[in-house]
Order: sequence, then structure tokens, then C-alpha cells
Amino acid sequence: MSNPSGSGPTHKTLELGTALLIGVFGLIVIFGSLKAGINWGAEGPRAGFFPFYVGAAIVVASAINLWNAQRDDDGRLFAEWGQLRQVMSVVVPTAIYVGSMPFIGLYVASMVFIAWFMRWLGGYRWLTVAAVAIGMPVVTYLVFERWFLVPLPKGPLEEWLGL
Amino acid sequence: MEELANLFHGFAVALQPYNIMLMIIGITLGVIIGVLPGLGGANGVAILLPLTFSMPPTSAIIMLSCIYWGALFGGAITSILFNIPGEPWSVATTFDGYPMAQQGKPGEALTAAFTSSFVGALFAVVMITLVAPLVAGFALRFGPAEKFAVYFLAFCSFVGLSKEPPFKTIAAMMMGFALAAVGLDSITGQLRLTFGVTELLNGFDFLIAVIGLFGIGEILLTMEEGLAFRGGKASINLRVVLQTWRELPAYWMTSLRSCLIGCWMGVTPAGATPASFMSYGIAKRLARRGNNFGKGEIEGVIAPETAAHAAGTSALLPMLSLGVPGSPTAAVLLGGLLIWGLQPGPMLFVEQKEFVWGLIASMYLGNLAGLIVVLTCVPVFAAILRVPFGIIAPLILVLCAIGAYSVHNSTFDVMLMLVFGVLGYLLKKCSYPLAPLVLAIVLGDKAEEAFRQSLLGSQGSLGVFFSNGLVSTIMALGLVALFWSAIQEGYSRLRMSMA
Repeated sequence: MSNPSGSGPTHKTLELGTALLIGVFGLIVIFGSLKAGINWGAEGPRAGFFPFYVGAAIVVASAINLWNAQRDDDGRLFAEWGQLRQVMSVVVPTAIYVGSMPFIGLYVASMVFIAWFMRWLGGYRWLTVAAVAIGMPVVTYLVFERWFLVPLPKGPLEEWLGL
Repeated sequence: MEELANLFHGFAVALQPYNIMLMIIGITLGVIIGVLPGLGGANGVAILLPLTFSMPPTSAIIMLSCIYWGALFGGAITSILFNIPGEPWSVATTFDGYPMAQQGKPGEALTAAFTSSFVGALFAVVMITLVAPLVAGFALRFGPAEKFAVYFLAFCSFVGLSKEPPFKTIAAMMMGFALAAVGLDSITGQLRLTFGVTELLNGFDFLIAVIGLFGIGEILLTMEEGLAFRGGKASINLRVVLQTWRELPAYWMTSLRSCLIGCWMGVTPAGATPASFMSYGIAKRLARRGNNFGKGEIEGVIAPETAAHAAGTSALLPMLSLGVPGSPTAAVLLGGLLIWGLQPGPMLFVEQKEFVWGLIASMYLGNLAGLIVVLTCVPVFAAILRVPFGIIAPLILVLCAIGAYSVHNSTFDVMLMLVFGVLGYLLKKCSYPLAPLVLAIVLGDKAEEAFRQSLLGSQGSLGVFFSNGLVSTIMALGLVALFWSAIQEGYSRLRMSMA
């Protein structure tokens, strides 16, 4: 998938970054375990005992992964900028979708999200967009809330409709 | 023959009309999940798990396990028709299945794939029927040290058997253990690793992790390739099916070998994907027409499909009898058991006979139903693939969000799901394996409990894990599995220097 003509971040950079990120996570785990107590208490090993060694293993494994990652450099690209832009064009709207859910409810958020996705990334006609964007939440409502009695988050619109 | 009586009782449970209906719904959903990119067996089951909270556990597991069988069948459809593996375990099926389809023999390839899947699954179910009660009976005598040793063996096998670098496997697995540890400590009742965030009191739910890592992560990977997606046509008629069935018995040796490979790889948590590759590789080396592999040889479809299905099915053996799932999907099913209030492990065979044998009986029936459904409905499923990804992708994302929300009715979980999704994309691109991470989240608390209870009994001495023959053997096997790649390398170096 690496195209010599395209440009983008190298695989090595991301590999190093991921190993570092996991290592930092390990350090946080060790820190948290120390706070919970890693030695023996009256009831045996304390709460931080097990996670402490888990954290230590994460740090050691990440250090080795970091070492391996910086050693081999094949100049391979992680992804081209264009590909990453594609990925971000999903991540960012999904983040907005997820973030808005507590305020406007799942149904309205889903409608806007599906419509946005289909119109701007898929380039569909408005009619198709409207059919799917409205149809999906309606089907969801019937299946989840009516049939399986699973409540989903609702916002002001559903309140106004009295659902 | 108490088992036989139990099995017949299980059939009576599975053959109730309500359960048969759920079986067919499950298979159909499963095939759709297997066909669609971004929805796999594990996260498909995870998304639908909340729907089963109100069902009786036996019906719930019948439906969910049928989704799993359906996904196993469905993966083959896209591999053969479009050269796009719907699931990782069907990658090896593309090698010969797609060339066959291009040579105008898609019907033969699909029939061979479905039938082989069925044979593999049937073999594994028979094995489960015979072996699982024995293993469970044996495991009833396990104390905490033996329990921990079994977990140890399971996780070490991941390190030794996965094709990813061992330290990446360890890092991923340990992250899972750390995530499992967050929240209330089950033994002391103390809070840990929450850093004052109230949302973390109950820790990380593995369902959220599965939906994020496998579902969202997969969509992001697919987005890299853009939205272009080619469609195609397929049809199977009865004549082709019967004709292919007449050819298949000639390959009984390949089938049997693939069944054995699949069962072995499924019981040890290596899983369906390596099983399918291994079976394909061995078939290629041993087959009379091995040189023709990759150009549309029917044996090259039989071998990986049989092994993948045998492995996927036999992954339920350790889950049922020991409480250690053999694959991510089995892990999700195990999580389901916990949610329905059942304790996975050997006691299940004593206390929940109806549940266990109902499930085992449903495996026979579910796979038969699956074979019929896929053989008759291939054109319909192929048509689903012609729906462009630009429409499918947002719908899958919304479904993932609904699934993540309904686990605990929490919007925080939905945000967590997205974080796991981005993490999954990153880890997958850097070839960290995701399966051990998920398994560690599911089993983390139980492994830790067994570990701490053993240490309590021995006053902190690690000698408890080598205190008797049984536990020492399991631990030694675990250590061999852990250092397997190093042992192999050392052996080949030794041979090199001898030569």
C-alpha cells in the first residue's frame, strides 16, 4: 500500500510513538498501583500488587519494542497524507457525533451524522441521503425501544414529540 | 451414557420453536456481519449482546453463537466472489477461491467452502460433545493455583503462537490486564487506578473495547483505501451443488487433516486465522496437485475453510469447560455468560446442564441451518455487498455507538468506544495483536483472583505454582509456549551448526 510517489509520516515514527504511548500507559499503571499499595496487607496482597507487575511488564515490553522500532528503518510509509485525511474525515465527525449525543440524543445525532457522511463523503443525492438518514433511526427506534425494550439516549426533540 | 441422554435433552431445548427462530435470525445476521467490512464476529456479537439481556440465557447463547457460525460462513462469500476477505480467517480462502470464481466456477468454490466449513464445524462439535464433559470433570478438582496455571498457559500460547513480534503481544496483553484492573478491586474492595474519575469506578467493560477495537478500528482501516468498492454477481443452483458434493469425498484426507489442525489451533488460543493459513500451507505441500495451488484448486478452498471453522467452533471447548475462551468471539460469549449470571467453567456442566447441552445441541443444528441458509441465499448476501461503503459505513458506526451505549446506558462508554477505535487502528497498523488484549480484559480479574488466592494459601511463595505434578505440568507447558519462538530459533541454529 506504500506508494513511492506519495508522502506521509514514516512507519518508524508511528511505531516509535505507539511504543512510547504504551510505555507511558505502563508508567501510569505503576504509579496508580503504588498509590493503591503493592505490598502485603492484613488480607494478603494489596490492591496494587498485581497491576504493579503488569505495569512493569508493559514498560519493559515497550522499551524492547522501542529499541526494535528505532533499529530497523525500511523507509516504509505509515500511510499517505491523503489516506490519513480520509481516516480523519471519519474520526472527527464521529467524535462530534459521539460528543453531541448526551445533549441532543442518539436519534437526532445519528440523523445528522449519517446525512453528513453520505452527502459529503459519499456524494449521494439528497433524496437518498434523506431516506437513509431518517429511515435508520426510525428502524432503530422500533427494533430497540419497542421490540427489545432497550432505552437509547433522547434529547429535546424526542421530549417535544412525546416519545 | 449420561452424556448422550443430556445431549438428547439439549436437542429438545434447542428444537423449541422460539429457539429455532432465534437460530435462523442469528445465522442470517451472522452471515450479514461476516459479509460486511468492519463488522466481524466478535464485535457483531458484542453489539447485539445487550439485546439478549432480557432473554433466557439458553436462548440468548443460541442466538449469539449462531451469529458466530453465520459470520464464519459469511467470510467465505466475499473472499471467493470479490477477493475481499470479510474476516481475517478467510484470507487464505481467497488464494484459490477467487481464481475459481474468475474461471467461471464461483458456484463450485462456494459450495466447496460452505460444505467444508460445515464438515469442520461438525467435527469440532463432535469433539466438544465427547471431550468437554471429561475436561470439565477433570477441572472440577482444580484449586486456585491450577486455575491460574491454565490462564498462564492460555496467555503464554498467545505469545508463542502468534505471528506478531512476541514483545508486542506481551505489551498488548498486559495493557488488557491493566485495563481489567481499573476500578473496584474484587478482593479488598479498594479503588485503584481510577485517579478520581467517577466514570472509571466500574472499570473498562470489554464489550466497549471489542466494539471500538474491532468495529471502529476496522472502519478506519477501510477508509484508508477510500470508498471505492466493486460489486459482483453470484448464483448457485442445485446441479452445481450436487456435482461439487460428488467431487468432495475424494479430498477426505485433506478434510480430516484440516479438521485436526483446526481443532488443535482452536483449543489452544491460536484461533481460526493461523489455523486456516497453516492448513492451507500443509495442504499445498502434500497435495498431488500442490503446484496448482493459487490458480483455482478446489482443495485450496477446502483446506483453509475446514480448518477455520473447526478452530472457530472448538474455541468454545475451553470456554465451556475451563472458562478460558479460545478466541475473541468466544471471549465475548463468555462475557455474556457472566452478564446473564452464569459462572463459566467446569461447574457449568454440573449446575447448568440444560444451558450447556442446549448450546451444544444448537451447535449441531445451527451449523446445519447455516449450511442451508448460505447455500440458498448466496445471491441475496452478495447483493448486500453491492450497497456502497458510503452508505454502509455510517450505518455501522451508528450501530457500534448504539451497541456501546446499551451495555451500561452510558454515553461515556460511547466516547470510550471511539478512543478504543483510534487505538485499535494504531495498534493494528503497528502489528500489535488485538485478540490477547481483549482476552486479557475479559479474564484479567479472574486470573488475578486465582493468582492472589494461590499466593494467600502459600503465604506469598511462588512455589505454589510448582507444588504438585498437575500444576507444575501446566506451568511448564506455559513456559514452553512462552519461549516457543526462542526454542524454535535455537533448534534451527543448532541444526545449522550441525550441518
